[in-house]
Amino acid sequence: MMNEDFKRSSFSLPPGYAVEHDPDDLWGDSRVIVNIGPTHPAMHGALRMIAQLNGETIEKSYCEFGFTHRAKEKLGENRTYHNYIVYTDRLNYCSALINNVAYAMAVERLMGIEVPERCVWLRMICCELSRIMDHLICIGINAVDLGAFSFFLYGFHQREEAYTLIEKLCGARLTTSYTRIGGLMADAPDGFERELKAWVGRTRKVVQEMDELLTGNKIWHLRTVGVGVFNKENCFEYSYSGPNARAAGVDMDLRRDQPYLFYKNVEFDVPICQNGDVFDRYMVRLLEIQQSLNILSQCADKMKKGPIWAEDKRVRIPDKDVVYNTMEGMIHHFKFFMKGFEVPPGEAYTQVEAANGELGFYIVSKGGSHAHRMRIRGPSVWHYQGLSKMVEGEKIQDMVAALGSINVIAGELDR
Amino acid sequence: MDTFDWIVTGAKAAFLVVILLHVVPIMAWVERRGSALIQNRLGPNRVGPLGIFQSLADAVKFIFKEDPVPGHVEPFYYVLAPLVSLVPAFMTFGVIPFASSIQLGDRMIHFQVADLNVGLLYVFSIASLGVYGIIMAGWASNNKYSMLGSLRSSSQMISYEISMGLSVIGIVMVFSSVKLGDIATQQGELLTHFGPLLLPEALQFPRWGVFVQPVGFLIFLVSVFAETNRLPFDLPEGESEIIAGYHLEYGSMKFAMFMMAEYLNMFTASGLLATLYLGGWQLFPGMGYVLHEVQAYFQMSALAGDWTRIVFEVVSFGIKVGFFMWFFVWVRWTLPRFRYDQLMDLGWKVMLPLSLANILITSVFIFFGWV
Repeated sequence: MMNEDFKRSSFSLPPGYAVEHDPDDLWGDSRVIVNIGPTHPAMHGALRMIAQLNGETIEKSYCEFGFTHRAKEKLGENRTYHNYIVYTDRLNYCSALINNVAYAMAVERLMGIEVPERCVWLRMICCELSRIMDHLICIGINAVDLGAFSFFLYGFHQREEAYTLIEKLCGARLTTSYTRIGGLMADAPDGFERELKAWVGRTRKVVQEMDELLTGNKIWHLRTVGVGVFNKENCFEYSYSGPNARAAGVDMDLRRDQPYLFYKNVEFDVPICQNGDVFDRYMVRLLEIQQSLNILSQCADKMKKGPIWAEDKRVRIPDKDVVYNTMEGMIHHFKFFMKGFEVPPGEAYTQVEAANGELGFYIVSKGGSHAHRMRIRGPSVWHYQGLSKMVEGEKIQDMVAALGSINVIAGELDR
Repeated sequence: MDTFDWIVTGAKAAFLVVILLHVVPIMAWVERRGSALIQNRLGPNRVGPLGIFQSLADAVKFIFKEDPVPGHVEPFYYVLAPLVSLVPAFMTFGVIPFASSIQLGDRMIHFQVADLNVGLLYVFSIASLGVYGIIMAGWASNNKYSMLGSLRSSSQMISYEISMGLSVIGIVMVFSSVKLGDIATQQGELLTHFGPLLLPEALQFPRWGVFVQPVGFLIFLVSVFAETNRLPFDLPEGESEIIAGYHLEYGSMKFAMFMMAEYLNMFTASGLLATLYLGGWQLFPGMGYVLHEVQAYFQMSALAGDWTRIVFEVVSFGIKVGFFMWFFVWVRWTLPRFRYDQLMDLGWKVMLPLSLANILITSVFIFFGWV
């Protein structure tokens, strides 16, 4: 009955995913093809999975993405380097600041610009704040998918407070566009360090509470331990990075292994788990939040007053009083925003440890104010590819848990 | 039955239906405010003081919303299913006593709509009818998620009904009755034994079911969570993986009927828990003294004193039921959800052996006269 329905239905499966009839399998006809997503509450963003179910067990599945494709990479070739900053916000919108920072770093490397110290510290604060927010979302949503709603809201409250901090930096909460090539949109307001440290203290308590609520919970263990296992070999095979790889015992963290910004100057641990299941991915993220909190308080201590702009005529956006009061300033302003600045020919790749893994911007310039090729390496793409393998033979409920735990962000996946 | 009996029974039934109809909006409000309390947020607070009329607004919305029947469903069963869930939910509370009895002239009035001699069995048989509504809804919706939800629901209910029924057998053995009125009455006596030990008079406490059947109480408590489809056992409507399960295709009042059925089942389960394990309408320790003082202070006549006693008993019963209702809410917003196969494992591999062992141990205790 169900198979007949399926044959008549309008969508077709890719080759190899048709309902097969094994003569020895008495229940061969009892498979159901379920179309999960793209509009399904558990498929975060717009993802689609076509699963062949035997009872509730996923026998085969096929993942599709691209429902929110916005041609981000192509847009990079049609916008000036400055214009493109706003597009980077919409990649991983849970941690938009990391994208901003990574993009700015790539262009600065291409142009050979060094940004001043305070700017680097602020960028680092942005990165770690975003990492915490991203992880809170990930483990929170994962818990919601497994039915623990309150856990999510405890984390979400802290995330909202973090947004308020970010709002103080740049006036926006979600789509920040905070960095500029060679600097930042604005300096942090007075007392920002103090507020940051207060937030760190509060969040530390909340994370502790969240830890106590869920980590030892028997049902949580039942639902997550040994579920959605993706071991070390699989991680290498699928090019996993970030917390998802560290959960499987891949000891790799770009912040420690190839330090960018000022990560050499702060102390932090890189939490590693071994099993690569949903529980380990949850645990790695929870521990990483605590490490990021440590980094944040160190940053707040070490940050000093100073300039936030690299004194480079090409990229320095002129101050408003110069723009309004001098002709040269006005011309400079006009040229900067209408034509953009010249970037010397060459290519540059920067990779940073984003919340979900390695985020890279590869820019090829042939001179001029537009990139010749803009390539973005978003970790979610790789993570999402592994989902089918991860959930093979697992229950449909485990698929939800596994998908939540790898934290696929549709904006970054589809670009 | 003469006219008087008819009137009394009709009055009791009417009272109960009114109570049941009010439980749903109140519980909806308690759940929303309670979850807000647990989750450190405000909850509905716009309609009326503390948002108490939010449920009213919701009800108005449910009634006036368009009530479409999707094109791909089997209309007859689709429309029938919410009714089949809701009606048994209304029926079960009838045998649960909410107060003791009162002497009016030469007649004894029991505060229980029907003191059936099959008592408990009636509750279980009617309560299990509710699952037909869910199966019908899943099947008639012609949707794979609904189908999964209703299949989960039927197997879950059948599995947990076994351990639930077996856990209650202990109570039936101890009190030698399946009539809920008898069970509630007998819990007013004092517990003289703690296992083989005789308790000194100072330590004797009411012979509530929870003290004579602690394991049975726990099994029953867990099973009713499964029976009422509440978290951590809300797999039939597991909102994350099968969206809303069996009521995925339902909207407006039909959806509201499923929701009402869920809350009414919760209410019945709480009533059963209170009656079987917390002494039903038996007064809390200390309330008897207060009652006596009140009667003496106002120098009440025998009849007025009796009515005051009834009020005290209803309040006592209400507090117990209210506690369990809150317990349902509390658990829902604290625990994650089980996986389907783990739920089955728990039902068959843990609850069933435990309840069988409970029966065995209870019979040993009864054989030696320890209970």
